[in-house]
Amino acid sequence: MAELWDGFQEALRLILRGDANLRDIALRTVLVSGSATLLAMLVGVPVGYALARARFRGRTLVLGLVNTGMGMPPVVIGLIVWLMLVRSGPFGDLELIYTKRAMVTAQFIIAVPLVVGFTSAAVQSLPPQLPDLLASLGAGRLRSLWLLGREARLGLLAAIMAGFGAVVSEVGASMTVGGNLQGNTRVLTTAIVTETSRGQNDRAIALGIILFLMAFAVNLVLTMVQHRRLR
Amino acid sequence: MSTKLFSRILTGGLAALSLSLLALPIAACGDDDDGPAAGATQPGAATAAASPTTTPEAKIGGSMILATTTSTQDSGLLDVLVPMFTKATGVEVKVIAVGTGAALEMAAKGDADAVLAHSPATEKKYVTQGDLSEGQLVMHNDYVIVGPASDPAGVKKAASLNAAMTAIAANGAFVSRGDNSGTHAKELELWKAAGVDPKTVKQREETGQGMGATLNVADQKQSYTLTDRATYLSLRKNLKLEVMFEKAGLLLNIYHVYVVSPARHANVKAAQARAFVAFMVSPEVQKVIGEFKVAEFGQQLFVPDAFKDEADLEKQ
Repeated sequence: MAELWDGFQEALRLILRGDANLRDIALRTVLVSGSATLLAMLVGVPVGYALARARFRGRTLVLGLVNTGMGMPPVVIGLIVWLMLVRSGPFGDLELIYTKRAMVTAQFIIAVPLVVGFTSAAVQSLPPQLPDLLASLGAGRLRSLWLLGREARLGLLAAIMAGFGAVVSEVGASMTVGGNLQGNTRVLTTAIVTETSRGQNDRAIALGIILFLMAFAVNLVLTMVQHRRLR
Repeated sequence: MSTKLFSRILTGGLAALSLSLLALPIAACGDDDDGPAAGATQPGAATAAASPTTTPEAKIGGSMILATTTSTQDSGLLDVLVPMFTKATGVEVKVIAVGTGAALEMAAKGDADAVLAHSPATEKKYVTQGDLSEGQLVMHNDYVIVGPASDPAGVKKAASLNAAMTAIAANGAFVSRGDNSGTHAKELELWKAAGVDPKTVKQREETGQGMGATLNVADQKQSYTLTDRATYLSLRKNLKLEVMFEKAGLLLNIYHVYVVSPARHANVKAAQARAFVAFMVSPEVQKVIGEFKVAEFGQQLFVPDAFKDEADLEKQ
């Protein structure tokens, strides 16, 4: 117990002192996971919308795949991306392995099913006659989409939270495809693993606190936005 | 503030954010080293980086993948050496710390450019296959058997290494790396030498993790384990484990560095890998290796051995 308390105090000291190493790792984590989440939104929101609205053969199959993807272990996705990007793999010539781009790729794949699933659920929760209603009121196609998006915003924000929350906290895929390179691809989760195995428990705790605060801040802001709309 | 205005600001902000972030990974990831951050935070790096360049044909540039063992990473040695190398040659090194088995597999597939490993018997196989070339002896340290102070198996009193292993098999719990690492290979070698089949050792468990993590498990379970001295000393302040058996010929831990054969694997960055091998055996780097953390621990973690005869080491 004493060790935990000491570690906690030392961790706070490190954070308050503005330790450059911790700061770089935190900023890198936001960059990588933020990029992955935004790319996942760009792809996942339209796909989720289409899945919710369109009726086509095999739709159930696709929805089933999306739901499976939502629960796919990140470390498996990491393994597959690693096999694809490693030098002897099919995309080895791109030299993407052990880069931040490789991490963004893996995290993107982890986040997309979550974003698709949440968007789809959000759009399905809207009254089904709403698009027709908007059209009958003279709203153009783009304007209709825009208004529907506004109505489904609660769900879309949940999609961001779920996507970012999943990728910022995952460790297996980032470790495998990023290589946990110091000053390059080491992010908060992989740094915690490293510091723990090195016995640097105070640094590990400090990184854990930063990770917690980061997830908390993102969720707090988005929750505030959600509540704002409800008022 | 009206909802409409607010939503407009939110959407505008999100749009701008996504645009800028889309551009960011390209800009930020294109240059995959964050420069000085890599070494600046390591206590030893400042002094180490001050030593002169080691290769006459400095500034080769580009990047390379070094597959290595967790022990060089967990002890912090590479955190000192890699920034020195990058400063001298401009080559960015991607250090992938895995077990020796995995490091050698990476070499066999051409997924790495250079290998730093400590399992000579296993390495020999890959040299014969032609996957590793231009090998050089770099340094050695030694393995120690550590265990709980109470020493339930009486390992401290063992007359020989074989007796120590037999005692553990009979009366102790043992935590194994179980990850095809050099240390794992050495452990299996020790059981074999003692005539013990590890599968028959009842209280033997495998972590499948690196040395640091395995030491923590052994510490918590009050078990014996085999560790390289460097990692043990680096972590000792958090451990209750003590050295139970040391100093035997079989406990020598010898490190070699290799170029992944460019003749066999066309993609290998031969110039960078060769520069790294030359760097590791250069007098300046050998000096840094010999002095690594001596001030902190009061004893040598690695003994530099470049250009020595390996047979002489085992005689000592």
